[in-house]
Amino acid sequence: MAERTITLEVFRYRPDKDKEPTFQSFTVPFREDWVVLDALNYLKDQTDGSISFRWSCRMGVCGSCGMMVNGTPRLSCAAFLREYYPGPVRVEPLANFPVERDLIVNLDDFMKKLKAVKPWIIRKEEKPVSEGEYRQSPAELANFKQFSMCINCMLCYAACPVYGLQPDFVGPAALALAHRYNLDSRDEGQELRKEVVFSHESVWECTFVGECSVVCPKDVDPAGAIQQEKVAGALDLVKSVLMPWGSR
Amino acid sequence: MAHVHDILIVGGGGAGLRAAIAAAEADPKLDIAIVSKVYPMRSHTVAAEGGTAAVIKENDSLEDHIKDTISGADWLADQDVVELFVKAAPAELIQLEHWGCPWSREPDGRVAVRPFGGMRIERTWFAADKTGFHLLHSLFQTSLKYESIKRYDEWFVTKLLVENGRCQGVVAIEMQTGLIQPIFAKAIVLATGGGGRIFPFTTNGAIKTGDGMALAYRAGVALKDMEFVQYHPTGLPGTGILITEAARGEGGILVNKNGYRYLQDYALGKPLDVNDPRHPQLRTMELGPRDKLSQCFMKEREKGNTIPGPYGDVVHLDIRHLGEKKIDKKIPFVRELSKNYAGIDPVYEPIPVRPVVHYMMGGVHTDIQAATSIPGLYAAGECACVSINGANRLGSNSLTELLVFGARAGRNAAAFAKEQGKLDTAVLEAQTKDEQDRIRKNFLTKTDGKERIATIRTEMNSTMEVGAGIYRQEGPLQETCKKLAELKERFKNVTIDDRSNCFNTELTSVLELENMLDIAEAVAHSAVNRKESRGSHQRTDYPKRDDENFLSHSLAYCTTGAPRIDYQKVVITNWPPAERTYGDTK
Amino acid sequence: MSYRRPIASNWWMAKTNYKLFMFRELTAVFVWLYLIFYLCQLSQLGKDPGTYTTFLSHRASFPWILFHIVALVAAIYHSVTWFNLTPKVIVVRQGEEKIPDGLIAGPHYAGWLGLSLAIIFIVLWS
Repeated sequence: MAERTITLEVFRYRPDKDKEPTFQSFTVPFREDWVVLDALNYLKDQTDGSISFRWSCRMGVCGSCGMMVNGTPRLSCAAFLREYYPGPVRVEPLANFPVERDLIVNLDDFMKKLKAVKPWIIRKEEKPVSEGEYRQSPAELANFKQFSMCINCMLCYAACPVYGLQPDFVGPAALALAHRYNLDSRDEGQELRKEVVFSHESVWECTFVGECSVVCPKDVDPAGAIQQEKVAGALDLVKSVLMPWGSR
Repeated sequence: MAHVHDILIVGGGGAGLRAAIAAAEADPKLDIAIVSKVYPMRSHTVAAEGGTAAVIKENDSLEDHIKDTISGADWLADQDVVELFVKAAPAELIQLEHWGCPWSREPDGRVAVRPFGGMRIERTWFAADKTGFHLLHSLFQTSLKYESIKRYDEWFVTKLLVENGRCQGVVAIEMQTGLIQPIFAKAIVLATGGGGRIFPFTTNGAIKTGDGMALAYRAGVALKDMEFVQYHPTGLPGTGILITEAARGEGGILVNKNGYRYLQDYALGKPLDVNDPRHPQLRTMELGPRDKLSQCFMKEREKGNTIPGPYGDVVHLDIRHLGEKKIDKKIPFVRELSKNYAGIDPVYEPIPVRPVVHYMMGGVHTDIQAATSIPGLYAAGECACVSINGANRLGSNSLTELLVFGARAGRNAAAFAKEQGKLDTAVLEAQTKDEQDRIRKNFLTKTDGKERIATIRTEMNSTMEVGAGIYRQEGPLQETCKKLAELKERFKNVTIDDRSNCFNTELTSVLELENMLDIAEAVAHSAVNRKESRGSHQRTDYPKRDDENFLSHSLAYCTTGAPRIDYQKVVITNWPPAERTYGDTK
Repeated sequence: MSYRRPIASNWWMAKTNYKLFMFRELTAVFVWLYLIFYLCQLSQLGKDPGTYTTFLSHRASFPWILFHIVALVAAIYHSVTWFNLTPKVIVVRQGEEKIPDGLIAGPHYAGWLGLSLAIIFIVLWS
């Protein structure tokens, strides 16, 4: 009995020689437990070593291998070929990012925005290490835990039409991380993050399409994080209007 | 425009980031750069799951952690370094907590600890079962606040620049453009991780190809204790994906095809009923050290007690008795991974597992200051061998090692850099040009090659598994050494399809293969020369530990032919070699 | 060097979720249109009975009935999607656990139902 196969249509773009991207069709063996990443590695090993893509952990925790599989942002290490059989499977680079080469996108914009939201613990006064840990109850940890699970895979940016249409938008992952630190009981940096989180390109740009949370492989729920920040922002505005002399 | 810095850190994982932050805090005026072939959050630290060890609870003591580590290492650890490591550990983990790491907590708000293999007392801090992920992201996000730390993301280092006996920089490929450029620095820290990808089944991600080890090795630094490769007892069959030791720390049990907890047959103590409040008992049964547990699997397989599967034999890791609530709270990632990659829900079915290569105890030879034999070159983390792990590493000591020695390397590199004058970059430019020519000639413009990367890589993986696996013997080891020499010869004929500049991942793959062949040779030759069994290096032809002749570290030096193996005595302070026992129940 | 892929103006047709999103946003327009219709109706009320009867009989025609049905569906969809999203915005914890989504969305529905019944009561019994 002939081995089962499946066709992959892979987006190719080699800046040295291609003016425009093209699609290249390949046939790979179909295995029940193969993911799209396995198919790509098979192609790179056996057929065309020039196919370029990012990957590392192959267990859904490093965030390297985000790409569009049949139009949906997926981690290629978590997208099983059996979900797409008999295929064909269309593999493209993450949407809404400039393409550097084949399935590799330029991430400079996200890295810039990640830094801009000040994703670190900000305190007025640091406790010395010799005094031990900050006490944080399991409930306080639960408050922000979910939002700390982001692997920076950027599937949410690929799913967000606002980011696609308005590249200035700070975006789901960066804002979810800002929210994570704002909710951390050890952090006192909400004030300092306001400028970025409540700027025009920030939470107010979001129209709650919600697709970011649908595609997130780690259930971070960035959409929820952004709406919660909107509430915080609105309450803050009300407070500053009603009590302008309040301590800032 | 030349790239010049005070300190350059190669590798952006736990050790590299910690070193950068330590240097930045030592002196904010220092110009620090991190160069990594991937974005830092992709570093393999991210995949570590179970936890990181340090003494903080009242029922624990530094002496206990030291003793556990030394006996876990089968007495091959340098005891002065272990003492320093254990003493520095608690402060490092508290510092991580201050930097936002979401450690799991006790009800009173203090950091919680869990039991782990080979430790007499619970001391493993954890962040659910994604400790490495949270540690790495906390470090990376914290590193963003230091303006003095710059990053070269997706630059692939191919060579160390050593001149006048000092390390003064690196040559790296900027992947976005393909330009092969020098980055000069007064001090360099290697933090590039291990090389598990020389083996076919490994928990390690694609990037763990031993690059930093190979760089140092070729520059003349010895690779120490390379024969000691840790097999983690519970990896998923086929993919090799890690199922954390924490699953056993929470009470998971290992059973063979008869549903029998087979570890009790191998001097690991007597099993308690899973509902006994004393289960799991530390240092017994499933909480024995990793090397022994992996060896038990091999012995069970010989007896025909393992369960056949589509990817070879397995045993079962049963956590059903923990219940859904506990699993979702303490080890949710185990459930997620089992469902996605093993097709079973561990709440209802046991997980098929087998030993897979996980960690290299060996690495770049450094002293207690994280310094190598080349002034200006430091190393920390899995790529280094200080050595605290000796012949076998205890679970959860590695993440702590990243922090303790990453910080140490960073601080020492900072102190060294401050004493140096300006670099003479003109001299180094000539070396750079040689490296550019080498890469172009051997790979980018070569026309007569005929071997594919995958062929050589697969044969390397195969010979390492056969000759340098859990149980080793003279014959197969010699075969492996010969085969590796053959593969290195054939590598000269390798060809790549991709000759382009922008993001040429085939070029980086072939350079990674070159690195892997070098360190595989160091592993195989160190193994064939160590004629004893100790920790994770088990010789069926020399089954006993031989303290008289081999209470020493192997040192592998790069030559034009086979590696030259030398030895250096282990530092013993207060704990003379004793019998390594587990399984004494309280 | 990097290639920017253009975004089609019919990007929202690529996925069901995007189409539903666009419809959800469009429901606001129907609510607004209905309000204008309602204000027109009120202003007609102020005129003589003859004009008002003509107005009503015009509005009993098929196109206007269709408009009313669509506007009603839109208004309901508008409210239902809003209420269903409230658990993402309002997070209440009991210790470490979040209270179930139903306990956040539920009171919204209950309030909606209660207010609607109250209004019907007032209108029918006044």
